[in-house]
Amino acid sequence: MTPLIFPFRFELLWSDALVWLLVLTAIGFAAYTRNHPHLRAPWARVARSASGMAAATVLAAFVLVGLLDSVHYRAALPPQGGKTAYATEVRSLLDRVLEPLRLTREKTYSAPLATHLYAKETVQGPDGSETRVFPRLRHGGAHLKDPQADWGRDVALKAFRGLAFGLLFWFVAVLGVCAVLARSPDSSIESTWREAWAGRTAVPWRAVFCAFGLMCVLIGPVVALAPYYHVLGTDKVGQDVLYQALKSIRTGLVIGTLATLVMLPFALVLGLMAGYFKGWIDDVIQYVYTTLSSIPGVLLIAAAVLMMQVYIENHAELFPTTEIRADIRLLALCVILGVTSWTGLCRLLRGEALKLREMEYIQAAHAFGVSHWRIMMRHITPNVMHIVMIALVMDFSGLVLAEAVLSYVGVGVDPSMISFGTMINSARLEMAREPMVWWSLAAAFMFMLTLVLAANLFADAVRDAFDPRLIVGGGRP
Amino acid sequence: MNKPLLKVVGLTTLIRGGSMPMRAVDGISFEIAAGETFALVGESGCGKSMTALSIMRLLPEAGEIAGGAVELAGEDLLVLPESRMRDVRGRRVAMIFQEPGLSLNPVMTVGAQIAEAVTRHTALTGAAVEARVLELLDAVRMPDARRRMTEYPFQMSGGMKQRVMIAIALACDPELLIADEPTTALDVTVQAQVLDLLRELQRSRGMAMLLITHDLGVVAQMAQQVAVMYAGEIIETAAVNAFFAGPAHPYSRKLFESLPDRAGRGKTLAAIRGTVPALTRQFAGCRFAERCDSALAHCADTIPAWGAVRDGQRAKCHLYGSDDRGLRIEERTAESCDEVRSSILTPQSSILRIEDLQVHFPIRKGLLQRIKGQVKAVDGVSLSIAPGRTLGLVGESGCGKTTVGKGLLRLVPPTGGQVLFDGVDLLTLDRSALRDRRRHAQIIFQDPYASLNPRVRIGDALEEGMLALGIGGGEEERALRINALLVEVGLAPDVKGRYPHEFSGGQRQRIAIARALSVEPQLIVCDEPTSALDVSVQAQILNLLKRLQREKGLAYLFISHNMAVVEYMADELAVMYLGRIVERGTVAEVLHDPKHPYTRALLAAVPVADPKAERPVIRVDGDLPSPVNPPQGCHFHPRCGVALPCCGSEYPDDHNFSVSHATRCHLYG
Repeated sequence: MTPLIFPFRFELLWSDALVWLLVLTAIGFAAYTRNHPHLRAPWARVARSASGMAAATVLAAFVLVGLLDSVHYRAALPPQGGKTAYATEVRSLLDRVLEPLRLTREKTYSAPLATHLYAKETVQGPDGSETRVFPRLRHGGAHLKDPQADWGRDVALKAFRGLAFGLLFWFVAVLGVCAVLARSPDSSIESTWREAWAGRTAVPWRAVFCAFGLMCVLIGPVVALAPYYHVLGTDKVGQDVLYQALKSIRTGLVIGTLATLVMLPFALVLGLMAGYFKGWIDDVIQYVYTTLSSIPGVLLIAAAVLMMQVYIENHAELFPTTEIRADIRLLALCVILGVTSWTGLCRLLRGEALKLREMEYIQAAHAFGVSHWRIMMRHITPNVMHIVMIALVMDFSGLVLAEAVLSYVGVGVDPSMISFGTMINSARLEMAREPMVWWSLAAAFMFMLTLVLAANLFADAVRDAFDPRLIVGGGRP
Repeated sequence: MNKPLLKVVGLTTLIRGGSMPMRAVDGISFEIAAGETFALVGESGCGKSMTALSIMRLLPEAGEIAGGAVELAGEDLLVLPESRMRDVRGRRVAMIFQEPGLSLNPVMTVGAQIAEAVTRHTALTGAAVEARVLELLDAVRMPDARRRMTEYPFQMSGGMKQRVMIAIALACDPELLIADEPTTALDVTVQAQVLDLLRELQRSRGMAMLLITHDLGVVAQMAQQVAVMYAGEIIETAAVNAFFAGPAHPYSRKLFESLPDRAGRGKTLAAIRGTVPALTRQFAGCRFAERCDSALAHCADTIPAWGAVRDGQRAKCHLYGSDDRGLRIEERTAESCDEVRSSILTPQSSILRIEDLQVHFPIRKGLLQRIKGQVKAVDGVSLSIAPGRTLGLVGESGCGKTTVGKGLLRLVPPTGGQVLFDGVDLLTLDRSALRDRRRHAQIIFQDPYASLNPRVRIGDALEEGMLALGIGGGEEERALRINALLVEVGLAPDVKGRYPHEFSGGQRQRIAIARALSVEPQLIVCDEPTSALDVSVQAQILNLLKRLQREKGLAYLFISHNMAVVEYMADELAVMYLGRIVERGTVAEVLHDPKHPYTRALLAAVPVADPKAERPVIRVDGDLPSPVNPPQGCHFHPRCGVALPCCGSEYPDDHNFSVSHATRCHLYG
């Protein structure tokens, strides 16, 4: 009996575990929310905001890329002597999808959609003479016989074909959504379609369709061109910039979500305790966060990251692959970012708890002898969740940007890990180069801008939906 | 009558938002003659304030005047451009609001705020403005006006802030003053001062006044003409004497009947069933029909026209329709319930005895939070409550009456004294021993919106006490008890699964009562349980509390600032002033033969819903002193009209008039 040989082995990195835990929590929370009208109401208001839903559509695409990049595995090597060995490289599903991009390495810089390298090289002619020319790329536009003549037509054709496929895909997807929406017997796909486009549906599907359409129009041509060209060029070591940008998404998302996750327990527990118990507990907690917020964050982060680096180097046996090493460093960064950023939310929650503890329903609970713990869990926590929710979504974009800044300074993620920060860091030299290499920075800039803008717009919609002052005719008269 | 100063014809104001616009004001018409006070009465949400804001064109963003005309001396205000309207506001029509604390800018001196109004509307400059400001502050009888001019609003009490508001309103001698609940946020003694001032100013300046209030007592004292509003409409107008002699509309009658007073003791108050209809819907008939006891067959489907009752009194009711003129609703008397309790006091049988209770709050200052002083919120209060009886605790805001209630339940940590419940001192028990006793005493709060957690379902809120105190048996038994409790307070058991925001104020207060009852207490501290409610709803809650007391033998500590409510509810009464009890006794003794000058002043200040009532005029000046630094000797002597020389030096001893009646005053020493 031959042992069952899998062509791959799943590798659960620490950050993957946390990401998926987060996904599960989010699903659980959504299910819980569904059954609680007071929790559902504000999310229903988010769903009615056009800008919020459009932003959510864009965010969903980013999250999809991030999640694909969070399933890691090690491929099996060709069996040798009956034993199955697995590659030392840890790859993700996204790497698998983007295989053509990852493997098509050039020698060095090449401009977006170029067919020739961006640097001159000395080439030996058949007659032995040496000339300095821009050599053809190994992969980009390699299928063209005469790049000078065919390039423009080929790119336009492929882009157009991609555009057509994008639009077709968009149309099918929109039709699919309409079909799902038209489940009830008294409506047809056609009527739903008309309703949605006229903006008469409760959820602004028109905005969602438009955002999705824009994405399809942009992504279609890119997908069509990517197998033949480097759509966003290549970097110094010839790696595809589009691939790098897509890989950076996970790093940004992980930092944005996990750091908030680290921060949340500190802020919630300490903030509520300070506000609820007052007295010396309040004093201690206030001193801690006042002290912490007076230390420059970058200093603290730099110290922690450097210590982590030393630890990893001294205990190399614990971290067998470079990916695991980079992952641990990413986690350490999340933790330290979280530890340094809880003070703001903590202060907010303290103030809110100070207000809530005097509310009469809390007094009534005291009159029943309800324990402090239960009062905090049952009466105070649910009433501050809107603040937590707003803070989480608002902090997310700030943390993504913080990662970029820290990696630029050199105390961010592992240099081997692709992130917006490392891309921008390398762009420092490229911008100073003559002729200038602009596409690396531009790609990082565009992706980050889109991600953070979408997150901010979504955060705005969430804040508006949860802010009781903006709700007309709800709550207290 | 001469030509009206203000003429409102068919004014309709819509509030947008939601699927249907709300018709906050629905086609109302009235006239105010120059120099006349016109009172607009009604419960909350009936559109009184919206009417005032519509006249001033100061509606909130969502509001919109959909029709009608507002003529000020013949000029239609609704068609004026905004720039011209700004000249009307303040100069010709001025307005004062309910909450003086919110109407003044906290970072400007009051002098500057009055000066702003003066310079905006007159040509005065420099020293002339200052002189005018002083003159205005003198006119509103602001003591020490020159110094007060340079002070900020936070340095003043509520009554003084309201005086400043009135001074601003008077800055340009307006023809019409709109006063929107001008005294609702003030204590009775201060309310009496402000009402006196308004009346006097109006008389001396010949100003017309539109007075908006929910308090029939204030109307009786102030107004010449009355209009009753209900659900966005005026349903009755009359001269004040005719109105108080015989309100015509069934709703107006009910309002009077639901006023608690001593005469109604032992009787069930007339309550209006149901709630005010939503103003978003279209009305086919009389808006009051479904809550009206004397509704006729066609009330529900025919909109009533105005019917004349007698000289000048008109009501929008089918009972006064042209075809069946003369039909009158028979006088309805509230059904009486048997007075089961004996009125003999038996002091031995008290379930709660408070001895010399003290609650002091430390004032901390400086870096090390050293204690620099004490707020003596409660400073040696002794009370006792017998089973099944009600002790009323009255006093103005800030006198410490709520702190007594919270202190005896240890919701605030008491500083000293004893709270003997069944002979056990609650103040010396540790947390777990106290928890065992928690079930015997419970509390109901003032604000029905704050007393229920918005995130907790009704059923869970009622279950909380039973769970925490480990009573009520298993889950099924508890569920049955919750059902029974809800029925007991007049709600359907199926409201268990709903959240508080789906309920009205009165319903929430019922739920709060059910929550307190869930652990079968013997004593309930009722901390102003009806002061946030409308009169008709207040009547429902008071009836409920009385019935529960009768059925379960509950004892109440009834804390209130409303004399009429206490008079209706309480058996014994204690009057509190600045952390101490100044007079106590049975209700009859204290209210009919008050001994302490403060009690007398308090009673004299309460507006009575009878314009012909002759009452002694005892006015106290000034405001409640700060409990941080109470006056030497008798706390009341600086405000007392009959203070003796010794009052300023030593605190008076208890002086007994009967077994139950005692006061602390040197007059009887």
